[in-house]
Amino acid sequence: MSEPLPGPKRKNPLARTQQPLLPPAIRSRAAHGLTLAAAEGRFAIQRCAACNSFAYPPRDACPHCLSDRLPFVEAPSSGVLAALTTIQVSGDSYFRERMPWRTGIVTMDCGPQVIAHVHGDCIEGEPVRLSLQLDRSGHAVMFANPVSRTPDMQDDLQWREMAADPRDRRILISDGRNPVGQALARSLVRAGARTVFVGVADRWKPFPAEQSLRELAGVEIVPLEMTDERSVADLAADIGAKVDILVNTADHIRPGHIFDGATTLHMADAMNATLFGTMRLARAFAPVMIARGADGHHGAAAWVNILSVYALANLPAMGSLSVSHAACLSLSHWLRTELAQGGVKLLNAFAGPLDTEWFQALPPPKLAPAVLADAVVDGLRRGIEEVYVGDVANDITARLAANPKALEREIGQ
Amino acid sequence: MDANRVLKGKRQSYDGIVAAVPVTVPYQRYSIESGHWWIGRALKALAEGAGLSHRDFDGFAVASFSIAPDTAIGLTQHFGLSPRWLDYIPMGGVSGVLSLRRAARAVQAGDADIVACVAGDTNHVDTFRRTLSNFSRFSQDAVYPYGAGGPNASFALIARRYMKQFGARREDFGKLCVAQRDNALRNPNALMKKPLTLEQYLSARPIADPIHLFDCVMPCAGAEAFLVMRDETAKSLGLPSARILSTIERHHAFPDDEIQLRGGWAVDVDELYHIAGISPNDVDVVQTYDDYPVISMMQFEDLGFCKKGEGPDFVRNHTFTIDGDFPHNTSGGQLSVGQAGAAGGHLGIVECMRQVMKLAGPTQVEGARIGLASGFGMINYDRGLSSGAVIFAGGGG
Repeated sequence: MSEPLPGPKRKNPLARTQQPLLPPAIRSRAAHGLTLAAAEGRFAIQRCAACNSFAYPPRDACPHCLSDRLPFVEAPSSGVLAALTTIQVSGDSYFRERMPWRTGIVTMDCGPQVIAHVHGDCIEGEPVRLSLQLDRSGHAVMFANPVSRTPDMQDDLQWREMAADPRDRRILISDGRNPVGQALARSLVRAGARTVFVGVADRWKPFPAEQSLRELAGVEIVPLEMTDERSVADLAADIGAKVDILVNTADHIRPGHIFDGATTLHMADAMNATLFGTMRLARAFAPVMIARGADGHHGAAAWVNILSVYALANLPAMGSLSVSHAACLSLSHWLRTELAQGGVKLLNAFAGPLDTEWFQALPPPKLAPAVLADAVVDGLRRGIEEVYVGDVANDITARLAANPKALEREIGQ
Repeated sequence: MDANRVLKGKRQSYDGIVAAVPVTVPYQRYSIESGHWWIGRALKALAEGAGLSHRDFDGFAVASFSIAPDTAIGLTQHFGLSPRWLDYIPMGGVSGVLSLRRAARAVQAGDADIVACVAGDTNHVDTFRRTLSNFSRFSQDAVYPYGAGGPNASFALIARRYMKQFGARREDFGKLCVAQRDNALRNPNALMKKPLTLEQYLSARPIADPIHLFDCVMPCAGAEAFLVMRDETAKSLGLPSARILSTIERHHAFPDDEIQLRGGWAVDVDELYHIAGISPNDVDVVQTYDDYPVISMMQFEDLGFCKKGEGPDFVRNHTFTIDGDFPHNTSGGQLSVGQAGAAGGHLGIVECMRQVMKLAGPTQVEGARIGLASGFGMINYDRGLSSGAVIFAGGGG
């Protein structure tokens, strides 16, 4: 049974801060098929398209028939923990600071033998369930989990390395005026966050949800104006070293036609609020998060961007939002490689139209902010990189994968 | 089965082919020299031992993990060799047997007259870790990121299953380790100089359960080498030699075994003894590849000294010291001499040659006429892929 993880202690200023070392990160091109699945929280291994046999580790030809058609497909993740060891001595600095470490061989019900990280509640000789996780290097690894939930299983230290669980962590949400930010505050408090800092611009201006936010235990309203370099820097100076998870909800929604006179100005405002706002946040907060990537079991863990799914395919009715979030998406890939140096994950949550005032002209289905917030919490707990929330987001990604030109033609109609 | 359509050839004997001039360049725990330096020392010792110039070696087989970016080709210029037959066998613990087999056939066919088989590796302070971190593609993708326990962790899983399946106990592995340490105390080249008791073995610190400290070899720098030639060449040079009676290799045997409980020897063992014209009972001295004692135990079974699963009892019922009833790893083996990279696969061969040639000095087994040495190696993913063995008889040259 996992030991419940004690909450973070007050930091001893004289004690060494553990450096954010990373586990081994060299992988073959083929192995990144696992990375793709792990990033989206799926379980997939190679299956030969010619003879249907599963194969692992990733390779370039089927060992049964030598076919080179080896797509990664959803696979049954069940297996038996055939042998287990606890490594006490490792040659790698990341693992040396985390000894002992459990690994084992899992014989998958679909055939292959898999060397995996092993959750502390798995028993040798018994069934386990495999999942693909992103380790601190951002690469996919196999993780053997107990088949059914065990008490405090999320506190297993090896699991904790794979996840970005909000429990006992301190979190900054960039915009409390945004209904998504308000829903996130509620979900994160419910998920056991120690402190939720909620940024609010122009604090003197009241907003309807302010009172209910203030009443949430652990929520602290902080001044944050994402369009103001100085405001962002001031907040970082104040709480930067306390932010373990940062949730960036920046958006700027102004419907308008591309030829409208005001749209150019709206576009500039949108870019300032979202793209440049994210850059200001990154510049002020990310370096400290990178440095604190291994700062105890509750150190800096993740950066979250809430993005419109129309970042992937421009919706003309929300043209400037689509453009600005497309830019934010590209920025997120840049930022992800920077955060990776500290083992800090970057999670993009893609949402369709929200059930909020700015999307009033769009038809349903619309996404409730609370559903989006819960999906973010779930993504953090599972340590994944991409979350598509709601029917519209999943519809858009499926159509994009099937035929991007069809989507482009249809989306404007 | 399509396999039945393939005509099976008859394996030819190794009649008339011998191995001579067993060479060990004494090991060092750490060396600031390069892999090239160690191979160079071995070549020099081979030339001196044969009473020839190294330029007279017209065949050269080299095994090493530490000569990058060179391969065997670069070494010919480095050492001033001009061979007409060349092989590069960076295949770990089985490279000794592979070198010997290839060299023997080359000499038999007249492609070369004298093949120098050399394995040498250096061990800088960080060499072992670097070797581990880019050992194989499967290892890089699917083993090393899982705790980076190296071979200790991989063999821990194998040992654990073997113990569970066949009732082996740590005491049984300890008996082998303790006997090898006894043997090593007679070998001036062994790095381990202190006696080892079973109590010390059992109370050693855990590395990766059930592997504890004394189950592990110590990485070091060193080189091993020998020459392969025709019997008449050895005689004309006045060199004592060991006759090659038989030798086998096998790679990736039993792919469907869940966890490795046997090696490729089990496929070829009957042919091994048949070609040699002997039975396991005729073997006087055995050098197994001992990266871990569980692998030695597995080999007692797979090489026909007992049945599968009887390894633990075999160990309980025999003694393995130089004067024991089953003299085994008489030099001390890798567990007590050290593992000099790819030379670990040549250590047993060179010691076995010395035994049947009666040149083993302080580790000599009395009356050793026939010896068996084995190789095992390359834990590419979850199991050691390669196995090999050679049987030598004295009285050559």
